Order: sequence, then C-alpha cells, then structure tokens
Amino acid sequence: MEENTILKKENLNSAVVKFVIYKPLVARAARAGQFVILRGREGGERVPVTLVDWDAQAGTITVIIQAIGKSTGMFNSLASGEKFLNVAGPLGTPVEIKNYGTVAVVGGGVGIAEVYPIARAFKQAGNRVIAVLGARTKELLILEKEMASLCDKTVCATDDGSYGLKGMVTDAVQQLYDAGEKIQAGFIIGPIPMMKFTARLMDKLGMTPYASLNPIMLDGTGMCGCCRVTVEGRVRFACVEGPMFPARTIDFDELIRRTSEYKPLEKESLARFEKDHVCKCGLH
Amino acid sequence: MPNPSAPRQQGKQQDPQVRKKNFEEVAQIFTPEEACAEAERCLTCQNARCQANCPVGVQIPAFIALLKKGDVGAALSKIMETSLLPAICGRVCPQEKHCEGNCVLKDKFGSVNIGMLERYTADTARQKGLLKTPQCAAPSGKKVVCIGSGPSSIAAAAELARAGHEVTVLEALHAFGGVLRYGIPSFRLPREVIDREIETVKAMGVKFQTDVLVGATEKVADLLRQFDAVYIGSGAGLPTMLGIPGESAVGVYSANEFLTRVNLMQAYKFPQTDTPVQIGKRVVVLGGGNSAMDAARCAMRLGPDSVTVAYRRSAAEMPARAAEVLHAQEEGVQFEYLITPKEVLQDENGRVCGIRCTRNELGAPDAKGRRRPVEIAGSEFVLPADTVIVAIGQRPNPIIAKTTPELKTSERGVLELDEQGKTSLPGVYAGGDIIRGGATVLLAMKDGIEAARRINRYLSEGK
Repeated sequence: MEENTILKKENLNSAVVKFVIYKPLVARAARAGQFVILRGREGGERVPVTLVDWDAQAGTITVIIQAIGKSTGMFNSLASGEKFLNVAGPLGTPVEIKNYGTVAVVGGGVGIAEVYPIARAFKQAGNRVIAVLGARTKELLILEKEMASLCDKTVCATDDGSYGLKGMVTDAVQQLYDAGEKIQAGFIIGPIPMMKFTARLMDKLGMTPYASLNPIMLDGTGMCGCCRVTVEGRVRFACVEGPMFPARTIDFDELIRRTSEYKPLEKESLARFEKDHVCKCGLH
Repeated sequence: MPNPSAPRQQGKQQDPQVRKKNFEEVAQIFTPEEACAEAERCLTCQNARCQANCPVGVQIPAFIALLKKGDVGAALSKIMETSLLPAICGRVCPQEKHCEGNCVLKDKFGSVNIGMLERYTADTARQKGLLKTPQCAAPSGKKVVCIGSGPSSIAAAAELARAGHEVTVLEALHAFGGVLRYGIPSFRLPREVIDREIETVKAMGVKFQTDVLVGATEKVADLLRQFDAVYIGSGAGLPTMLGIPGESAVGVYSANEFLTRVNLMQAYKFPQTDTPVQIGKRVVVLGGGNSAMDAARCAMRLGPDSVTVAYRRSAAEMPARAAEVLHAQEEGVQFEYLITPKEVLQDENGRVCGIRCTRNELGAPDAKGRRRPVEIAGSEFVLPADTVIVAIGQRPNPIIAKTTPELKTSERGVLELDEQGKTSLPGVYAGGDIIRGGATVLLAMKDGIEAARRINRYLSEGK
C-alpha cells in the first residue's frame, strides 16, 4: 500500500467529504487536537486540516473536508484509490486532556468533525461530556449519530430550526446552563464569529472556554510565522503553540481580518478553476 | 605565466530594468574566455590563504590550476573532494568574507573572482557530462539519519554517504533544500541548481523523504531506535517580530512568510500556482540583513510602486552582503537608514497604512562592536506603507527541542553542544541554524561536514 492513498471516500453532504487516508506514521503519532497539512498537486497550496480520527493498527487517518475554495474543491474531487500528493503531520500541540468533571465540546459546521476526537479523549479521561452541535440547516449537521453515541448528552441547534433547537450554539449553551449543567470547560471549533460569541458566553457563565484557531498557514511546521494570533495580548504561533488556545483573551476580530486577507485572490483562483473544470467536487 | 594585474572579470548580469520584472538568475555564468582570463590571474599560492579561509576547505589554487589547463571536469572533481555542493556555494557563499577576502591580490589588483570560477566549473562540467558521482567507501553497515534537507543536512548526508554509511534525509516540507528553497530566491539560486545538487547526493545512495517533521511525525527517540546516529540540521524557525503595536495588522509579513510564499510556493506564478501573495503599492522592509535584501528584491519583482528598506543603523553597520545591497539599489530599492519603527499604523479595516518611526543617531558600540542606534528626541514621523515585511531575524525551529526534553538548549532555544560538538544525547549531533540561531549557508555546511566527521569517528570507534 502506498502512503497518502485514499482508502475510503464518503460524501457527508453536498460540500463535505470524509476521507480515510493511508499514512501509518501520522496514525501512530496523532493526538486529539492536532492537524495535518495536505497538498493535492504540484503547485498546490499547503492546506491545514484537523485530524478527525486515526487508527494506528490500520495505519490510517481520517479527515473531513469542506469544499470552500479551489484547493479544497480539488481535494474533494479526488476518488478512492487516488492519492494526496503530500500529507504531513501530526502538527500542532495536542489538547491537554484531563478530568475536569463535565466538559462541553461545541462544534459548528465541519467543526463538529473536528471536536469529535477531543470529545472522545475527554470521555476516555473520565469526563461527563456534553456535545453542542450547530449548523445552518439540518443537511449540514454532520456526525450527529457518532457524537450522540459517544457523549453523555448531545444538543443540536440549527439556524433555521430544521433540526433540534432553532437558534445558535450559544442559545444551546445558555439552555444547558439554565438547566443546571455544571460545565467546567468548553472546547469550541467552528466559524470564527461562532467561536468568539460562544467563548464570550461561556466565560460569562463561569465555564473556561478554549477555541481551536484556524489562521492562514503556510508551512505549518513552525517556520514562517504566518499563523500568528494574539492571545492575552501576546503574539502566539498557532501551528506549534496551538491551534487550541484559552479563548477568553483571544483577539478574534484580528483573526477575522487576517483570515480574510486573501479572499479576493482566492475567489479569482476559484473562478478560473471553475471555468475549465468538470465538477465532481460538490462546489456547485 | 599568471597575469594578476589583468582586470578582475566581473561577469555579466541581467540588466536591472529587465531583471526587476523577472525571477531569472541575475548573474550570468562566465564565458569560457572570461573564465580563462580570470583563472590566469590566480598565482597558485603555496599555503594559500583563500583555501585556509574557506569554511569547507575547497582546494582553490588546485582547482583553478586545472581550469587553466582546460580540464573543467578534473577541476570540479577537485572541488568536490571537500565540497559536494559547488554550484550552490559558487552562488551564495559570501566569498568576500572567506576566500576572496583573503586573496593576496585583494588590495593591489582585486581578488580573483573565485566564486564565479567555482560556479563556472560546477555548471560547465555538469553541462558537459563531466560530473563524476563521488566514490563512496565500502558499506559500513551503519545507518545515519539527517533531519532537515537544508545546506547543513545535505552536506552532512553527502559526507556520511562517502564514508560508506546508509543515510536517510528527512524533510518536513514537500520539497528539498530547506532555506535554499524557501528562503533564497531563484534569481540568486535557480531551483534547477538545487535539484541538480540534490540529485548528485541521491546518486551517492542517500535516501530523501518528504513530509516527515521530526518531533511530530517521529520523535528523536524513535529515530535512535532505527539509526546508529542522528544529525539535527532542522534549521531556523519562527521569525522574531518587533514587538510593537499593530504588528498583526493585515499586510504585515515576516520575511520568512513572504519569502516562503514567493520562493517555496511560487506565489509569483499565482493563479497558475495556488498560493497567493499580496503586494501593496508601497512596500517597506524592516531590517538590514540578507533576508531583508532577498525580501526587498522579491517584492520589487511583484511590481509595486516602491520598495524601501528601513534599517535602524547606518549603511556601514548593515549586515547584508555589499553585493546584495548594490543589486537591490540597481533594481530600484530605496534605503532609509537610522530609523526605528515604533508602531504599525492601520486603517479602519485593520490594513497597514504606514509605520510611525523615529530617527536615530549612532551612539557607543554594542557588545558586537556595532554602534548602537540612539533615538533623536522629537524626530517622529510616518513612513507610508501598504505592505510591511519584518526581516529582523529568527529563532531556531522549536519543535525538536520541545519534543526532546533530553536535549539541552539555551534560553533562545538553540541546541547546546559540548566541546566535541555533541548534543547532550549520545549519538545525536547537530549543526546549522539550530545551533547558531541564524547564520549563512556556508557556515551551516561547514557544521554539517564537521559533524559528519565526528559521526564517522563515533561510529567507527564508538566515541
């Protein structure tokens, strides 16, 4: 078996794909909260993707990718049996796993997949684990079954009310608090505004919030400094010191600005790509 | 007869107005006539000072003597007895500090242009198919791993292979060469030159592997179970930032990031390549070293209105090579000396719009003997900028130290070596930026070669 081969591909919804990839060294070393860098072709970007699952015995890792631009769109058009050009990892500092008592894992969109291994690790460490899962609409809510069977309690929220609570994950967290859940710590992964407001609420409610940040990365190995974020007023490098940081003092607004820097160029790149490509990636 | 008083051959260069719009090599290879004329200037000194001052001990008079005879293949073999990366060294070595800086002709007639002769030898011999893969000793049965594929690791790997060991090079990124690939721009060191030199090392039997970040993918302890010795040449890491307000504004790059985008990811070919780079109309590079020059010259090639290097001391204290500064100036890069940045100013969208600076005068010398910049009271002004590149240095890569607590490091994160050049872990050696914090390609190579010799001793004598 050749490294980087896709052993299994599963479409979770129209834009989100789950890949099981053969990569023994990464599978052996992976811990909850870490990520890999993927590259699809010569000239391609290095794209950081959170590790969702791994199997040291089988030598496989699992990632879940949402097609949002040219690179992720091309990834998702790869078929089972094909290969990623590069898979490097596991990168980043693992989440510190200990017994808090009760922890909440909060996932928004594909962030649900990304909190899954963290939920599992906290469960194994003896915590009561509550999952709060949010998505725009029912179709985009992924891994609910897996989370429900893993966690002690699972609450879903959709913006349009098509499934679970109508509202945001913040509404769900507030409800849990009102219902008397004593949550000590929260681990949040999702869109930046969602992480910002969830962290703010959790902090107000006396739950210690942590958020996994997704700044732009290049090498992802502690070399270029592209991924710097401001936490507690200090510059931190997410690729080696993160990506999970205590969320109370993260400068989320700066992160939003810095992650938007290349939006216009990325759009241009995607538009050119779409013009001469027969779609099988779920971008449109 | 040698002809030392003949004018030093400079070689030709791409016209500045043309080259500032492309990433092709600036310095053109010597013509055979130029090479011949320059070789004839060499006095073939006994106990040559040039050779004594070469970090990797290239037998300079001997290779030039072979050039004079017209035997470019033998000349290359002579160089490669001590240095296996001649096409790279001929281009990026600061010869003015080493060989050429010590040439006996320097003051009277100008040094022999050794760098250009080395490059001519390497390129010409290879092109004519005269490059011989260096002979390796009989297999020793020992296995050595080199971490990183930058200049120090490649130099160590080649030297170790020559001694008959089975050598593997582990690279964290998707392409080999380390700083040669992500840091040094192609107009100074074409990518094919890096590829070719690595091909030679591969031909010696060294295995190269991408996507292995030691400390993350495999720990040093894992490697010690699979290999008889380990060489850590993992290089520089996180950039040093200025620590001033506004530094995380959109449009502020570290030199590492900017150079990695342009050189490793080839962002200048976007959208043919997928990694973009954003360049504003007015670019300001903060710093005065070689990375600052590389960043400024790369920035210029992306077509802004202006590129300004702002340095806190004067031209005399600037650490960049004089030739690089000159090339940058020819290409239209402006220099502002005696400036300290105080704050990066941002517009309402958080984008850089300028740098609040103060002017300095030079005070007493610091520990390194360089005169210290002293702020002039009331000299504050705003330097307009749409893109800022911070090129003030970097720390060693943190990952191996962080994941290998047995390795002793200094406060700054550099690995500490004992007098024998060993780390605090038996069988583990190190060199390059991971022990120096930030140095040149040549010093990194020197470390690699010396460590390889120590490893050879360790493997044969067990010490």
